[in-house]
Amino acid sequence: MKGNSDKIDRLRQLKQEIMALEGYLPPKGQQPDSRLQLGPLHAAFPGGAFPLAANHEFISHTPSEAAATQGFLAVLLGMLLQKGGFCLWLGTRPQVFPPALKRFGVAPERVVFVNVPREKDLLWTLEQALRCEALVAVVGEIRELGFSESQRLQLAVERSRVTGFVHRHQPRSLHAVACATRWKVAPVPTLMPTGMPGLGFPVWKVGLIKVRNGRPGDWQLQWDGQGFQEVFREEKRQAITQNRRNYA
Amino acid sequence: MPKRFLSLWFCHLTTDRLAIRHPELRGKPFVLAGNERGRAIVQASSREAFARGIRPGRAVADARAIFPDIRVFPDRPGWGKRLLYRLAEWCLRYTPVSAADPPSGLMLDISGCPHLWGGESAYLRDLVSALEGKGYRVRAAIADTIGAAWALARYGEQGGIAEVGGQREALLPLPPSALRLESRTLEGLEKLGFRQIRQFINLPAATLRRRFGEGLLFRLGQALGREEEAFQPVQPRVPYEEQLPCLEPIRTAKGIEIALQKLLDTLCQRLSREGKGLRKAVFKGLRVDGKTVEITIGTGRASHNPLHLFRLFALKIPLLEPALGIELFSLEGLLVEKVQLPQEQLWHRSGDPAAVAELLDRIGAKLGSGRMHRFLPQERHWPEHSVRAALSFDEKPDTSWPDSVRPLHLLPVPEPITVMVPLPDYPPVHFKHKGRLVRVVRADGPERIEQEWWLQTGPPRDYYCVEDTEGGRYWLFRLGLYGKGEPQWFLHGYFS
Repeated sequence: MKGNSDKIDRLRQLKQEIMALEGYLPPKGQQPDSRLQLGPLHAAFPGGAFPLAANHEFISHTPSEAAATQGFLAVLLGMLLQKGGFCLWLGTRPQVFPPALKRFGVAPERVVFVNVPREKDLLWTLEQALRCEALVAVVGEIRELGFSESQRLQLAVERSRVTGFVHRHQPRSLHAVACATRWKVAPVPTLMPTGMPGLGFPVWKVGLIKVRNGRPGDWQLQWDGQGFQEVFREEKRQAITQNRRNYA
Repeated sequence: MPKRFLSLWFCHLTTDRLAIRHPELRGKPFVLAGNERGRAIVQASSREAFARGIRPGRAVADARAIFPDIRVFPDRPGWGKRLLYRLAEWCLRYTPVSAADPPSGLMLDISGCPHLWGGESAYLRDLVSALEGKGYRVRAAIADTIGAAWALARYGEQGGIAEVGGQREALLPLPPSALRLESRTLEGLEKLGFRQIRQFINLPAATLRRRFGEGLLFRLGQALGREEEAFQPVQPRVPYEEQLPCLEPIRTAKGIEIALQKLLDTLCQRLSREGKGLRKAVFKGLRVDGKTVEITIGTGRASHNPLHLFRLFALKIPLLEPALGIELFSLEGLLVEKVQLPQEQLWHRSGDPAAVAELLDRIGAKLGSGRMHRFLPQERHWPEHSVRAALSFDEKPDTSWPDSVRPLHLLPVPEPITVMVPLPDYPPVHFKHKGRLVRVVRADGPERIEQEWWLQTGPPRDYYCVEDTEGGRYWLFRLGLYGKGEPQWFLHGYFS
């Protein structure tokens, strides 16, 4: 029995070493960053903490999905910017409407938007931004990202400890890239108490498709302006049918 | 430190220039002539013509009589002056302060420059031989004052250098015309037998003033350094400027980088001592062929960090064309501002604003400015006008951000949709956008946003937030009212 627990400890230690070799450094003291309150999502990440100082890839196909992804990104940014700091939002054209960021806990004047008309320049700008240690996070709205390019971005964040979010809208190919996670966020109908008209808080189906050293999963999360709440399927299904009945 | 001036006199400026342009004229007598009172008069004569006694001011007919084969070219008025300005610009590689001294001279303020060439005589030799290599016949002299340098260049020995404070001794053997006097005064001096300055320089001032007026004393004072004299430099002096002359013309990018690094280090040291930083700077290279190439950078906030400024310039170094080589580099701070202390209030923790500003400068240098925006709220009605770009990096919002529900993805131009509406003022049951039918399940609204009557009049917009069966959330509006014409519907954004 004793030998067994030794083995488990040894395995855990080896896993940590491998992760360190792969460029992923666990947060200090094995405590997840207090800024990020992601609720049920924490269990999916290695060491129970959202991988900061890494790149995260988000995929969207429709404009609604893009807006939902941007919303989820805004929530993450809001949590990261809680203690001040500064972030960059890069894209080929202006896409985010700054006043809407307030709803997700981001002070819109803390975000610098950069419009880069050419994708090639966008990659350069993204790499420069990820190298800047003074930033908290960088969001790059880029359509195509090759493997070698993603490796360059990975090297940049490993040195600067900046968190990078790459939002790829309607990408042509979905091959593997050197990112810590790959997400797909889609909107799902909002919830309102029975009989109430109107729209509720935004609800997203957050899909963690790939996560390095973690467990992928699927959650339905509602953002109520303070934090995430998980929405459960049965309850939701009931609520939707109820809503439809009310509306008809 | 005493001021030192160098005066250059081009003995045959325009004819030398013509001979440079047309080498077949070299060593031949020729004149430039212009019409005066209906007669062709010699305006300038070449070295050889001058040696044969053909002086400016004589009639061309006389010149032809002296030397029948002489060639005559038309003179263009103002040409000589333009030429002088070009030569004054060329002389900037010897000193930052140079001026044209019409009709045929240049005046350079060389204070603090000759030691770079190893002394005044070497400096003078280098300058004169460079000009003679081009084909100009010049005489030059160095003295403490403009007047003395002028006199020595024209009436003294070739390459005359008056020691510091020695202009009085140097002037003694020169004729009175070396003092730039009016012709009436000169005639008076001639009449009294004053052939050299030594004959009257020691006379009491009152006597000279009574005989010859204030002009003589003033010019004498200028030559001796008692009176102040100023001139208009061809290039106004930039207060924050550094120069780097090169022994050999620089042609490689690496060489340019080293020059830039050196200039930035010295300029930034000075700026940081004064608590100032560059907002706009230009890096110039004077090429061997006389052209100037330059690159300009701008920063978002004043900076005296040589590394950062170097990176900004480095992005543009490939745009500099060295051609045959660059002889002189200069770095000028066109816009210099006080360096701001870090604004702790706005960016509380991490995020060193200076580092972020430097990143933005770098991006701006690559992509062109106007690509980066921070947005601040603006008190306007319509959503597309409710934000404005921040003017500076440190600007804070002057009003609070509105609390109303706004979509995260706002379309830059509202897109028209066709709708099915059960009743006026009701949200649509379904709408068609770009050929796709969207069934509306839930809706919120309307939120009426009026026109800004002080700017324009027109129908209001009624905004609805709607949700479809899949959970996609849209921001629609109706422009106009039912009952008053045909209202139009638009899609204006996507909620997250």
